[in-house]
Amino acid sequence: MIELDLKRQNAAVSTETIDGQIATLNLGPTHPATHGIFQNILKVDGERIISAEQTIGYIHRAFEKLSERRPYNQITPITDRLNYCSSPINNIGWHMTVEKLIGAEMPKKVDYMRVIVMELARIADHLVCNSVIGVDTGALTGFTYMFQEREKIYDLYEEICGARLTTNVGRIGGFDRDFTPDFYSKLNAFLKEFPKRFDEFGSLLERNRIFMDRCVGAGPISADKALSYSFAGPNLRAAGVDYDVRVMKPYSSYEDFDFEIPIGSDGDTYDRFMVRQQEIRESLKIIQQALDNMPDGSYHADIPDFYLPPKEEVYSSMEALIYHFKIIMGETAIPKGEVYHSVEGGNGELGYYLVSDGGRTPYRLHFRRPCFIYYQAYPEMIKGALLSDAILTMSSMNVIAGELDA
Amino acid sequence: MPDFFENTRTIIEAVDDSASYSLDNWNEHNFIVSSDLLFDVIKALKENGYQYLIDLTGAHYPDTEYEYQVVYHVQNLIENLRVRIKVNLTTEKNEVSSIVDLYNAANWMERETFDFYGIIFTGHPNLKRILNLDDMDYHPMRKEYKLEDETRNDKSDKYFGR
Repeated sequence: MIELDLKRQNAAVSTETIDGQIATLNLGPTHPATHGIFQNILKVDGERIISAEQTIGYIHRAFEKLSERRPYNQITPITDRLNYCSSPINNIGWHMTVEKLIGAEMPKKVDYMRVIVMELARIADHLVCNSVIGVDTGALTGFTYMFQEREKIYDLYEEICGARLTTNVGRIGGFDRDFTPDFYSKLNAFLKEFPKRFDEFGSLLERNRIFMDRCVGAGPISADKALSYSFAGPNLRAAGVDYDVRVMKPYSSYEDFDFEIPIGSDGDTYDRFMVRQQEIRESLKIIQQALDNMPDGSYHADIPDFYLPPKEEVYSSMEALIYHFKIIMGETAIPKGEVYHSVEGGNGELGYYLVSDGGRTPYRLHFRRPCFIYYQAYPEMIKGALLSDAILTMSSMNVIAGELDA
Repeated sequence: MPDFFENTRTIIEAVDDSASYSLDNWNEHNFIVSSDLLFDVIKALKENGYQYLIDLTGAHYPDTEYEYQVVYHVQNLIENLRVRIKVNLTTEKNEVSSIVDLYNAANWMERETFDFYGIIFTGHPNLKRILNLDDMDYHPMRKEYKLEDETRNDKSDKYFGR
């Protein structure tokens, strides 16, 4: 370990290379500009980056190993901590994976409720990313306004499930409770107020000369390269590939909604910013449609073997108590088999590869984490760029440490 | 779409005639191919439109004759078709050729699989640990490494956990 530390210290500024005009610079692991724990060892010539090497794994928490010991319903809180900017998508994606394994059909109402929650999460995720791009280019104002709006989304989460950041929303088989009237009134107020604020934020940056000078052409990637690196989500679409899981493999009734998939052309920071901006607007459209067409029915599927009954029923009804006991003690029959299910997370295709041997816990669970996969393209994207562009590229890729390291 | 899928099946079987195919209950196309021909199978798929490597991961089945499995999910974006390719490896020969030359994304995914399962990807440019410490001397996702410390006796596994 001592040897390792010495190596790292030497990496910070290596004197022998400075004479040759090439310096080694240690960016991270904790650096105020990197929004998380990322280490990059850069070789720089003046302010130009010659090469970069990432070190990851600083917050690795062995989620896949943990999942092999946890019952299915206890894995939801683990998924919260993957991409913590859009936890509800991770939670619901996991629930849908298990539902796919057991072959459960959800009522339309659950699908629509899920769509509302997931799109709110997508807005929150993109707001963080885009406002932080603003911060990294020197525009702090938009950030403060958009974080205020994100707070409102968190208030909405709180209304649904009681939590704000790590939401643990819903259950296998639906939701633990219906949306409250308060939720609907808050959501309607949000849908009324937010577009105005958001357009204000957009007008601050979208055609801002200084902002465009910084972003256009920073950290570009071609469509071919992006595909080869398995980019996903807004980053892939910014490069011009129209791949969106919501359209390619619709889940949770996304086929019912009318929305567009914005794509960019150059795959640079500006395109990534603009794709996210446009996706927020599309998400608002989807939420509005889901609200307008919200079907009647139950907020959970009728699968007592897997759906944890509400607590008050557990205390008062015999059946609920029996099923509660069976689920908690792992007495329910889970089919054997392996499924892969993916959802369009904040950063792209978030997949769950689940192998079940019929036991109480998964035999193997693998998270396909978009951040982990596309972050490996980072050195290639910043090669030859300025140091300040490297920071900008990283924030526009929206690399979330929790998802990167799992 | 079924026709197109038949096409895919022909492509895979042309490379590896011992490939076994199964359609599972979830409408997922599974192929088990031989580990020597894995690279050629994936290459043939890539040349025929499977441009997108969704996922690459490993699994450990200590009680079976093959012990390790590497699982690839590849997607054809034009035909919107996904296939799952699996390779069975034994303890004696847990090697499979790397597909980094085909997909850049495989680089870290293979490193992760090596890190957690110790599967060797031959031809990988930089096969070293990625999420765990460099000086770790075991591969923690293998089933013989229990999550809980085995010397503890205050937590009985009889009711809780596997």
